[in-house]
Amino acid sequence: MMVADVIFYLFATVTVLSALGVVGARNPVHSVLFLVLAFFSTAGLFVLMGAEFLAAILVMVYMGAVAILFLFVVMMLDVDFSMLRRESVRYLPMGFVVGAVMLAELGLMMAHHPGEGLHLGLDNTDNTLAIGQALYTRFLYPFEVASLILLVALIGAVALTHRERKRVHRQDISTQLARTKEDAVELRKVASGEGA
Amino acid sequence: MAVEQLDIHLVLMMPEILVAIMAMALLLLSAWTHKGGAGVIHWLTMMTIVAVVLVIQVGSGTATTFGGQFITDDFSRYVKVVMCLGMVLPVLMSADYIRGHGMDGGEYHVVTMFAMLGGMIMASSGGFLILYLGLELMSLSLYVLAAWRRDDRCSSEAGLKYFVLGSVASGLLLYGISMVYGVTGGTGFAEVASFLGKPEGHGSQLLALGVVMILAGMGFKIAAVPFHMWAPDVYQGAPTPVTAFMSVVPKVAAIAALFRILFDVFPTYHVQWVPILQLFAVLSMAVGAFGGLVQTNIKRLLAYSSIGHVGYMLIGLVANSQAGAQGVLVYITIYLFMTVGVFGLIIAFDRQGLGENISDYQGLARKQPVMAFVMAMFMFSMAGIPPLAGFIGKFSIFMAAVKGGFIPLAVVGVLFSAVGAFYYIRVVKVMYFDQPEGEFKVTLSGGGFIVVSLSLFMIFFWGILPGDLLAWTGASVQAFH
Repeated sequence: MMVADVIFYLFATVTVLSALGVVGARNPVHSVLFLVLAFFSTAGLFVLMGAEFLAAILVMVYMGAVAILFLFVVMMLDVDFSMLRRESVRYLPMGFVVGAVMLAELGLMMAHHPGEGLHLGLDNTDNTLAIGQALYTRFLYPFEVASLILLVALIGAVALTHRERKRVHRQDISTQLARTKEDAVELRKVASGEGA
Repeated sequence: MAVEQLDIHLVLMMPEILVAIMAMALLLLSAWTHKGGAGVIHWLTMMTIVAVVLVIQVGSGTATTFGGQFITDDFSRYVKVVMCLGMVLPVLMSADYIRGHGMDGGEYHVVTMFAMLGGMIMASSGGFLILYLGLELMSLSLYVLAAWRRDDRCSSEAGLKYFVLGSVASGLLLYGISMVYGVTGGTGFAEVASFLGKPEGHGSQLLALGVVMILAGMGFKIAAVPFHMWAPDVYQGAPTPVTAFMSVVPKVAAIAALFRILFDVFPTYHVQWVPILQLFAVLSMAVGAFGGLVQTNIKRLLAYSSIGHVGYMLIGLVANSQAGAQGVLVYITIYLFMTVGVFGLIIAFDRQGLGENISDYQGLARKQPVMAFVMAMFMFSMAGIPPLAGFIGKFSIFMAAVKGGFIPLAVVGVLFSAVGAFYYIRVVKVMYFDQPEGEFKVTLSGGGFIVVSLSLFMIFFWGILPGDLLAWTGASVQAFH
């Protein structure tokens, strides 16, 4: 067995186990941490396939941003997870059916195309460069349109949720700086022995 | 690695670039001026669209750029002008609706412009990838617009419903595209078409399934039966100017995209798509005709009416000929003016505080004969009664169907249009023959007056002298077949 095979099976096992951990962990925070582990092991698998750019993106975007946001949401939402868990047991049989069907499909696919198509042909190219060149030349137009879609999503989210709040004390730096001793400080003569 | 040489001619894309830049500039302006700039943004939006129409007119001939991903030709220019009208007229007539319902603050116009931009990208798309992105840009903007009156329960419901169902439709479309990619190995229209021209491109079951999925996804966007479930609720719940916009621009864009997909990419697969579209057409006309009979809300009524109109437009696609394509363009142009005119009147009724129920218009003719007359003319035109323009639209569609040998389809279309005429005329009956219950003081705003009188003029003008319209549309569809 090659060293690469050993590493592959190691990463693959960790990916599957941590994915099980995501759904199985009692503590939701542990679930998110397992998710981070699953992302990381998948990134390892990408590196083994020679797709180092995807691996880097997975680590930076999914682990660095998405998973951390999940963690925020989980910690901030006051959800009764034990209740949710009791409910979810009822969906277990259906989940198994769906899983079994997917496994059968995967098996069929493997039986017809043993190992074919798994080779990405990315071995000796710098794929950050390749992706960058494709994205900013051939796919520049779709790329720019995609950025507009993200902009609309941003505008939409703000427009539909932002509310003008009354009675909120905002910091107004120019007013603060314009304050003088005269309108801020009042000097009083307090008779001796009567000051609070 | 050698850098690929690409044909990038940004000058061909000037209309799109202008819309995108102005939308972003207005976004910044609205953020800067807060609510104070809403009026300025309103006028700048309309001036932008006028400028875009002028820029579109400058172009001529057929050209592609970005490796064929962007196509500009007579057809795309015609469709884009229709979309610009479908955007600017609702904006023009709804200035005080927007103010009165707390929708002001610039962003509304910005999102509307992005929705139109998405439609323009779809009309010029030269590949499935960019088609999908244009569609998403348009749809995402529309979901936001439908929910714009967020304190109104109906509006929020409309936005959410549209979003969830629209996402499923996008998923279907994308799945279909992935199948086409899987079989042909390309996403560009030209690549796929050239693959289908080869011997191995014939008779792929997977490809046929992909075509069906793509049609289902597009069918949702134009609210063709059986993918119409969302339309009545969304039309009713969305703010009225948005409904006016939504019943024109997305339909024009999706129909334009269907032109490209069906006539440019899958002409050899017409054995597959003609029966499917035939089914869509008959079902849409049926649901449009019978569903409208029981409606009491005018916006819901117009939703069913638009489903019916889409059915007629699909007949033009089914005819699979230049005459059919021309019929669709004629129909959609006339449909634009009828729809915008009716919504202009609904906004005017809303100004007076009248509801959206048809019974609220009882006896309008006694108190305000001019308003009632105008409304009646739009209704007659929608029903397809000569000499109004709605008749010309239906006539050119049915003629194309007869010429293409789809005589039963044309007969069914005429029958359903007779059924549909019932509910349009019911609105007229309520206005003319029922006793008024209260006072009417319906007045049009300045912009509303311009839009309604322009629409009224166009449906009379094209109803009697359709020559210009037929010439323009005829020239625009030269590229097909």
